[in-house]
Amino acid sequence: MKATDLKKLGGGREADRRAETAAANIAAAAAEHGLLDVAIGAFESPVGELLLAVTPRGLAYVAFEEEERDELLSRFSRQLSPRILEHSASTDEVRRQLEEYFEGLRTRFDLKLDRRMMRGIARDVLAATARVPFGRTTTYGALAERIGRPRASRAVGNALGSNPIPIVVPCHRVLRTGGDVGGYAGGASRKRRLLALEGSLPAARPR
Amino acid sequence: MVASQIVELPPFSEFLEEHRGTVYRFLMAAVGPHDADDCFQDTFVAALRAYPRLTDASRLDRWILRIASRKAIDHHRAVGRRAIPSDELPERPAVPSGQPEFDGDLRAAVSSLPPKQRVAVVHRHVLDRSYADVAEALGISEEAARANVYQGVKKLRELMA
Repeated sequence: MKATDLKKLGGGREADRRAETAAANIAAAAAEHGLLDVAIGAFESPVGELLLAVTPRGLAYVAFEEEERDELLSRFSRQLSPRILEHSASTDEVRRQLEEYFEGLRTRFDLKLDRRMMRGIARDVLAATARVPFGRTTTYGALAERIGRPRASRAVGNALGSNPIPIVVPCHRVLRTGGDVGGYAGGASRKRRLLALEGSLPAARPR
Repeated sequence: MVASQIVELPPFSEFLEEHRGTVYRFLMAAVGPHDADDCFQDTFVAALRAYPRLTDASRLDRWILRIASRKAIDHHRAVGRRAIPSDELPERPAVPSGQPEFDGDLRAAVSSLPPKQRVAVVHRHVLDRSYADVAEALGISEEAARANVYQGVKKLRELMA
């Protein structure tokens, strides 16, 4: 018997292949044991692939594809929990509602939200933003007034830019006074695309 | 930016991806291909349970292999309870029931070793770990780790002669 014979018992490549399959099953086992604190899923949308993070409290994060995945997961680890695994099934309901939204079959989301990734004034701003209905828009100034801080429209803009749950918390419905769509964390073209989908893009308004 | 003294705990997904191969190789050798999946799941579910309470993220490889070692030993005991007890080593070690023939006799010989010896031999000769690491994985002294590896390899040589 040689030491190299023993090494073969580790399975080599075969072990790597089996490990990958076995690792993919850990998330389901974790969910079953109530140990999955942050479930990661993906949704292929008309505005690019979205990364979704769902916790037992609700939807915590929607990321556009430009956001760097490793960096995002590290943030979730610090701000939510390090018990993070990819588990598509836990994001099924969010994906279903997003699909309906993009197909024009849904005008409001009926989802529990985990607001832990929202900091400070952003919570108030985004709570007010969530009440702007589908097909309607508002302005930074109007939103600042609505949260009782009429002079804080710049802070409102920053808060919207930091929205961890875009699309579902519709920060794209907040425009500049005068009709310019203004900025968007996901880029102005995405903002226009979402507004067009809702039939409220100023330039595309019929007649 | 000043580097933090404390190593930050990586997201579990990253941790799993980094260590799954090593853990699987360990289990493939320590409990055999038939039971490796079950032990792998037990190992990582146990790790996930304790994960947020970890204070030192600097040597997660040692940590997960310590858990895997416990699972491999527990597994051996559970299988042992089902087997017919015997004081003598079988002349040609039997392949545990349900376990497919895989690398044949050597695997069977390894599975006939007492659990600590078996796990010690696997750490040392399958994963190439130091005696200090073997000792740490099993919660024994380095001297005891050396003795376990030595006795295990000696028995394997006898069985494979």
